[in-house]
Amino acid sequence: MDTLDLARWQFAITTVYHFFFVPVTISLVAITAGLQTAWYRTGKDKYLRLTKFYGKLFLINIAMGVVTGLVQEFQFGMNWSDYSRFVGDVFGAPLALEGLLAFFLESTFIGLWIFGWDRLPKAIHLASIWMVVLGTQLSAYFILSANSWMQNPVGFRYNAQRGRAELTDIGAVLTNKVVLVTYPHTIFAAFLVGGGFVAGVALWHLVRRPGIDTDAFRTALRLGAVVVIVAGAGVALSGDQQGKVMTQVQPMKMAAAEALYETEKPASFSIFTIGTLDGSREVFSVKVPYLLSFLATGHFDGEVKGINTLQQAYEQLYGPGSYKPNIPLAYWTFRLMIGVGMASTAIAIWLLWATRRGRAPTKWLVRTAVLLPLLPLFANSFGWIFTETGRQPWLVFGLLPTASGVSPGTTGGEVLTSLIGFTVLYGALAVVEVKLMLKSIGAGLPDEPAESDDSDKPLSFAY
Amino acid sequence: MELTTVWFVVIAGLWVGYFVLEGFDFGVGILLRILGRDEPERRAVVTAIGPHWDGNEVWLIVAGGATFAAFPEWYATLFSGFYLPLFAILVALILRGVALEYRGKREDLPWRSRMDTMITIGSVVPALLWGITFASLVRGVPIDARHEFVGTLGSLFSPFALLGGLTVAMLFVAHGAIFLALKTTGELRHRANRFASYCGLAAAALAVGFLAWTQGLRGDTWSAVVAGLAAVALLAGLVANRVGREGWAFVGTSVAIGLAVASLFVALFPVVMPSTLDPAWSLTTANASSTPYTLKVLTIIAAIFTPLVMLYQGWTYWVFRKRVTVEPVQAQSLTPPHHPGQAQSLTPPQHPGQV
Ligand code: HDD
Ligand code: HEM
Ligand code: HEM
Repeated sequence: MDTLDLARWQFAITTVYHFFFVPVTISLVAITAGLQTAWYRTGKDKYLRLTKFYGKLFLINIAMGVVTGLVQEFQFGMNWSDYSRFVGDVFGAPLALEGLLAFFLESTFIGLWIFGWDRLPKAIHLASIWMVVLGTQLSAYFILSANSWMQNPVGFRYNAQRGRAELTDIGAVLTNKVVLVTYPHTIFAAFLVGGGFVAGVALWHLVRRPGIDTDAFRTALRLGAVVVIVAGAGVALSGDQQGKVMTQVQPMKMAAAEALYETEKPASFSIFTIGTLDGSREVFSVKVPYLLSFLATGHFDGEVKGINTLQQAYEQLYGPGSYKPNIPLAYWTFRLMIGVGMASTAIAIWLLWATRRGRAPTKWLVRTAVLLPLLPLFANSFGWIFTETGRQPWLVFGLLPTASGVSPGTTGGEVLTSLIGFTVLYGALAVVEVKLMLKSIGAGLPDEPAESDDSDKPLSFAY
Repeated sequence: MELTTVWFVVIAGLWVGYFVLEGFDFGVGILLRILGRDEPERRAVVTAIGPHWDGNEVWLIVAGGATFAAFPEWYATLFSGFYLPLFAILVALILRGVALEYRGKREDLPWRSRMDTMITIGSVVPALLWGITFASLVRGVPIDARHEFVGTLGSLFSPFALLGGLTVAMLFVAHGAIFLALKTTGELRHRANRFASYCGLAAAALAVGFLAWTQGLRGDTWSAVVAGLAAVALLAGLVANRVGREGWAFVGTSVAIGLAVASLFVALFPVVMPSTLDPAWSLTTANASSTPYTLKVLTIIAAIFTPLVMLYQGWTYWVFRKRVTVEPVQAQSLTPPHHPGQAQSLTPPQHPGQV
């Protein structure tokens, strides 16, 4: 493997790892803020205890989100210096915005929230966690604007002399039609994970510790399930929009998602295929007629361009070479994203039904407790792997091939060192984090002495 | 002033902010096991930086992001050139961040002790390596006509750079000790105060040597003046510490570290990364910068949001001033009256529902 491959592996590993924690952070902080608001409004003890319980799990998670994000920020310069030179003028602005607007907000107000339980008036303390929610949303928007620019470069001009892209319209970058659909999709997908997490943890308690805090955990279970269902609907609707935008800006990605070699009108969507995905032989497949046409164009008889057609068109446009991404990877990650994510929504509907009007969850429901957060989590990874590998061979679509972005002066040995270093470290941290999560989940809801305003309470979340 | 100059100043300012702020929490991290003799003391030490360290670290992220945006060439050359030191810094910061957040999440001593070790390592390594990195940056590194770093790891570890590493680490230790003296009470406070005197002197000696050497390598009148002021501020801080005026002592070390970092940037300007191979290949504010349009956009954003950030970050120091300062501060509209202005006790009462 050369420097390029190593750098790509490192980027893929560290980013996908970062994105295990990101969706949990985005959704769990909002759900925790919601619970705290419920407590603020109703004064009911159970909401306070749930806030502290899920708040602690959120803090365990965000610690990992923060430290893995740090690597992301510097990796562009370390492994992808030519890419940084090429895009910095455009890409740097959203990244700087993210730091200045989002990360300061998140990190400062999270400190206030952790240490402010007994120092701040209740309303200001509550506002602090909502500021963290705002921070995560801004962070997501800006970084997704940056990523969307790589999918669909807008608002720039190419400076041939300097060999770089130069910003001409920041408004266009921040309202790129790709980010307008990617942002809601990513946020809904995040809530699929968070809702699943809240419900899954509650379910585990209800089944394993029957009789303890039943009322509170029932509330959490049903809240989580509702979040999953709403997010599931949101993900499907926004994903549908995304498919259309993607077909416009990166038709090759859509063709790869279906392994559609020849242009079809109308095109069908295969649930799965056994055979060879290079198009030479198909053994068996289950197809839904017209569906791909609808996903891609919004019409049941729309034309979907095939890989071979597009390859020829791109050769004319960009010169000889292969413009095909990894087709089997695109095909399967696209299906798994949708399938695994929608499966979690189905489970949530079933859960809500099974626990209706005070009904107790049955013992074997607990298995789904494990699946509920994990399925959407993996759906998120599949989604990103699809999006990012489907863009290949481009780093910035139509402008900069991936091979031209890697740092010319960095040696394979250096990248290998950091690749192994981060992978081993991340692996070890995953063990620590999961153990700590499980231990904290197992500990159950904290006891909360009735009202706290007149007792000298210690710092609830302090170190 | 040209926008490229403005952004040079902004980025210098972000690094100054980073060194001053994260400097004290690195120092506290290094001293955790030295000044904190047992678990309650260590808990107090960690709690002193608890609400602040994450916000401090964001100064680094924003310095990186702003460099990327305003001087892409600088960002690219700097971070790919200093690859391995940066990798080590990242690993250390990861260990430290996780350890800080996780230490209190379990009630067992071996766990906490392990986390404390990680905090110490995670503080000492970046302190040394940032010093080494900045010293090398000022000294110059082999950069070719394409603006790529073509040296080896050895090019980054000159005796000058090593002195820079030691100086920065020692300054952080003194800075951290004074911060602790300011934030704690009783025996711990006295210990921190005494310790600050000794390591403050060592830091002063190192800093004077390092800054003088820097002036010899690449300095002008202005950078010499700034470096001189840094030394004065440090000495004033140490005197204040000696007479128990910890607030002023902390102001002193903050100003000293800020000016010392500033003097390096003043010495560099208008070069941002000098090449040791050919001065013509050096990166400058002119040839490393983004376009005027991008800089204009960034300037508007920064002008609006930087004051806001400083306002609310400053506010957190005010909110948490209390369990921190020794003397009770009046005008505590935010704090319930039952806190008699006492600094937080070293052993927060264990609370059954502690999360
Ligand atoms: C859709 C959302 C999203 C995406 C695609 C990414 N991140 Fe992220 N990131 C977040 C959403 C987020 C977050 C939710 O805002 C985090 C998680 C934990 C946290 O504190 O903020 C975060 C943390 C985080 C941090 C630490 C912030 C701190 O210390 O408070 C950095 C430096 C980055 N990220 C940088 C990146 C980069 C350079 C990415 C691109 C490769 C990236 N993130 C992808
Ligand atoms: C939003 C900010 C993001 C940016 C700026 C970004 C940028 C990049 C860059 C520079 C590469 C390296 C070139 C390459 O090998 O293709 C890459 C690859 C990759 N990224 Fe992203 N990415 C972002 C978000 C993500 C997220 C959140 C994930 C998933 C969790 C992700 C998954 C991947 C994967 C799997 C690759 C490897 C693709 C391959 O090597 O074929 N990316 N991306
Ligand atoms: C009906 C269901 C869904 C459809 C039609 C759909 C569609 C899409 C499409 C077309 C993309 C690629 C966008 C691009 O390349 O620019 C995408 C990306 C993605 N999907 Fe989905 N998706 C669905 C369900 C899900 C589910 C259930 C999840 C996770 C829980 C998920 C998570 C993601 C993520 C994280 C990305 C990458 C980031 C992004 O581009 O937004 N998707 N999805």
